Amino acid sequence: MAEEKNLVEVSHLKQYFPVSQGFHKIPLKAVDDVSFTIKPGETLGLVGESGCGKTTVGRSLLQLYKPTAGRIVFDGDVLFDSGEQYDANGEVICGEDGKPVIKNPVKVNMLPYRKRMQMVFQDPYSSLDPRMTVEDIIGEPLDVHHLYKNKKERREKILDLMATVGLNAEHAMRYAHEFSGGQRQRIGIARALAVNPDFIVCDEPVSALDVSIQAQVINMFEDLQDKLGLAYLFIAHDLLVVHHISDRIAVMYLGHLMEIADADELNDNPIHPYTLSLLSAVPIPDPETARHSHRIVLEGDVPSPLKMPTGCPFRTRCRYATEQCAAERPILTDRGNGHMVACFNK
Amino acid sequence: MAEEKLKKRAFLSSQIDLSKFNAKDFEKATDEEKRQQDVMGESTTFFKDGMRRLRKNPLAMASIVVLIIIIAIAIVAPHICPYSYSSIITVDGRRDKGATDLEPMQWSELEAQYMEKTGKKLFPHIFGTDSMGRDYFIRVVYGTRVSLLVGIVAAVMVLIIGLIYGSIAGYFGGTVDLIMMRIVDVIYSLPDMLIIILLSVVLQERLTPLIKGTSLAKLGANMISMFIVFALLYWVGMARLVRGQILQIKNNEYVLAAKSIGTPNGRILRKHIIPNCLSIIIITTALQIPSAIFTESYLSFIGLGVSLPLTSLGSLANDARAAMQTYPLRLVIPAVVISLIVLAFNLLGDGLRDAFDTKLN
Amino acid sequence: MSEEEKYILQVKDLHTSFFTDNGEVQAVNGVNFNLKAGETMGIVGESGSGKSVTAYSIMQILAETGRVTQGEVLFNGENILKWPEKKLQKFRGEKISIIFQDPMTSLNPVFSIGWQLIEAIRLHTNKTKKEAWDRAVEMLTLVGVNEPEARMKQYPFELSGGMRQRIMIAMSLCCEPDVLIADEPTTALDVTIQAQILELMKDLQKRLGMAIIIVTHDLGVIASMCDEIMVMYGGRVCERGSADDIFYRPAHEYTKGLLRSIPRADNMKEKLIPIGGTPINMLNLPQGCAFCPRCANAMEICLREKPDEIKVGEGHRAACFMNVKEAFEEKEEA
Repeated sequence: MAEEKNLVEVSHLKQYFPVSQGFHKIPLKAVDDVSFTIKPGETLGLVGESGCGKTTVGRSLLQLYKPTAGRIVFDGDVLFDSGEQYDANGEVICGEDGKPVIKNPVKVNMLPYRKRMQMVFQDPYSSLDPRMTVEDIIGEPLDVHHLYKNKKERREKILDLMATVGLNAEHAMRYAHEFSGGQRQRIGIARALAVNPDFIVCDEPVSALDVSIQAQVINMFEDLQDKLGLAYLFIAHDLLVVHHISDRIAVMYLGHLMEIADADELNDNPIHPYTLSLLSAVPIPDPETARHSHRIVLEGDVPSPLKMPTGCPFRTRCRYATEQCAAERPILTDRGNGHMVACFNK
Repeated sequence: MAEEKLKKRAFLSSQIDLSKFNAKDFEKATDEEKRQQDVMGESTTFFKDGMRRLRKNPLAMASIVVLIIIIAIAIVAPHICPYSYSSIITVDGRRDKGATDLEPMQWSELEAQYMEKTGKKLFPHIFGTDSMGRDYFIRVVYGTRVSLLVGIVAAVMVLIIGLIYGSIAGYFGGTVDLIMMRIVDVIYSLPDMLIIILLSVVLQERLTPLIKGTSLAKLGANMISMFIVFALLYWVGMARLVRGQILQIKNNEYVLAAKSIGTPNGRILRKHIIPNCLSIIIITTALQIPSAIFTESYLSFIGLGVSLPLTSLGSLANDARAAMQTYPLRLVIPAVVISLIVLAFNLLGDGLRDAFDTKLN
Repeated sequence: MSEEEKYILQVKDLHTSFFTDNGEVQAVNGVNFNLKAGETMGIVGESGSGKSVTAYSIMQILAETGRVTQGEVLFNGENILKWPEKKLQKFRGEKISIIFQDPMTSLNPVFSIGWQLIEAIRLHTNKTKKEAWDRAVEMLTLVGVNEPEARMKQYPFELSGGMRQRIMIAMSLCCEPDVLIADEPTTALDVTIQAQILELMKDLQKRLGMAIIIVTHDLGVIASMCDEIMVMYGGRVCERGSADDIFYRPAHEYTKGLLRSIPRADNMKEKLIPIGGTPINMLNLPQGCAFCPRCANAMEICLREKPDEIKVGEGHRAACFMNVKEAFEEKEEA
């Protein structure tokens, strides 16, 4: 069986932000050495707690930030490559001067790729310009990429998109602030769809919505995927939602990937202690299950990304932590069927 | 299962009076009927909403009325009133030497004789005349024109320079911002009155020969140097404000969304950032006008303002100072007009702020 | 003991309105419920359902424009709405206390944790500073704060969100109130921290025996915490009953729709069935049932009349015409 080509390949992605502490600038390692792939038409769920860097992964992937290091490939084209080389253990290969060997760094003009990679944002309130009408918001990508010949065609395209996401065409001239959260998220999705993308980064698209509206939006994402063959990177903190929509799920903690597996596999057979406690912490909307389930309550708080623990980032809260965890950082290893885990003890 | 259902039904019907219902009540409602229950509110734009709030503010509305009246008089009066602001009143082609220091609505002897002789009615001296025999009303009107012109031109210059400078610093950030804002800090730290006075004196000497014979000469070197001074010094406040606004707006997700679409920087600034800080900019500009008028009046009062024979409200007040005790009205009138203009603009600016500078909910 | 006396808190026909520029907004419209001592009740609903306003009305801490226009709030049989402000101040914190969604803004950033705790304790008791300090340390230990003595000297910004919420809980429990109202207590927190706080609340309830009202939109939190549940929509109570009633025998179309629309362990492979339409516009309430514009089974009568609450089971009440329809059909058949 021929291996299906990957649509998105991210390897060793690092995104550091300089943070001033007194007179010094120290790097905040929002994303530290993250690698994953997404196939065409696939949904990869990315879960983690706030501040774990999941939003940054999405934004760096679209190069809304300039990545500190790493390599991003989209549909066979290298979009970004800082040029570091890695050995089999995932260590950076250094030259004789102790500095990393840099080979062929790449940075391309993203404009043509913006048509193929899009984003849907978390906050339906701040992600739409309050001074623009729905028509202009959805029309902006069409304007930027010159996707119409005349005004009539522009309008037709916009009305088409509005129909696709279930918005009433009569509301085209209204301003975004007149709509409810769910409708605003639909406008945001229509804007992302306007350029006919292959891949959409969905950054917590339902977490700001009311429960009764979430299902509408989740269903729409699923329908659009069936119809248009879209691939998603679906970022969220709600495990049930991610499980429902994703084919595979990646679990992130403090800028690192802890575990990647098939959605059902991860849910039924989690290996990493962090995934385990994350899954058991989710309140299940079912009183019977809730009465009988036993929560693994994690002690303590997430450490500050400025004071990252040595070795495994999770070891400060992990009950299996050993000395090895403090000394070395575990890398993702395949435990069969593409179930990747970064842990020494499990 | 069926039994349970029956039990439930019996339980229900025991407590409800079913006689008031009929079968039609339980027919399914159509989508159309349901939609009628769920109407979206009236469409309002940001502007309409702001205007509605502004109209509810009596102080701001009164200010608008006062300003409209003052501006209308300043525009229309010179076309109606037959007197000139710069020359002595003439009656029947003869200079009227006796028309000095007239009380409001009073005629000079010559004028009274002329009216009696010809039976024609002359235009009244609404505010009387000054010590040189010029109609005071028309002088106040011209003074108002000058003051308003200075205020508006200065505000527009401040707006343009501050907006461009502030947007560049705010949008690009980083080192660009750092350098640009340090320049602003330096200008900010200069004592502005002192600089204005020094610059006016220096510029006046340089400018006078330069503009001789051009249409600018009528405005006078002082006036032009005043504009230059405003342009050089007063934009910093606006630049800081615009930068702060842009830094704030830049963090909104809709700007990131525009970037993810591939929107170029210029378009993001033009389409997203500036429209969203426009209300604050307009409000600040409205508040800039009275401060410019004030400065102009002050400079004219100490003799650095417009050059003779042109007049401004400040120089009128200065001229009237000498005869303050005999003719107090000549000081009071320009002072009241300045106060009215400044107060009206300030109240209007506050009203605009209350109406437009609210976070959208 | 009579039926009435069993309840520590009773809310009868509560109406609360906000008077805004755009007219009166009826945020709460005839809410009834009873709370037994030591029980946990959940109020669930989406934004604009009136769930938080109900909680604030009980505490009498409504925003300036809001007012209870009708109804009674009985605490141990006494109507607290009639109490003067002085008495209410003592009542809040001592008998009923509240914790809010955002632990970031509910602590004062310029005072230390210790100062704020001691202030809260001394407001309600006549303890000396030393005694209050000891009590504060005891409370912090109780809510699982490690090194409580050191924390007392810290400021809110030095602590994480979960830690701040623990401190808020300590503050609200320092006078051992009979009722604790938790307004979205874990919404701003991460799942693992949420689990910590929920476990803590359960544990404290066991030890201190207070009744808890949890206000939330999260059905998962409700299911794992509550004995009794009240579902609200558009300022009205749709349904109230035990947790099992609501989750396994829902009797209101909104509750049914809500349960169908959330992802749960058993519907992962299936499509979710969403509730259609858009959230309610509180300025423009429908004439009939508030939910009818979005209800798949809405009937003619739902458009015209607001449904009354009827008993659909022991301790289970719902306000939905579908139940009336069933009864009506039975009569017709008979």
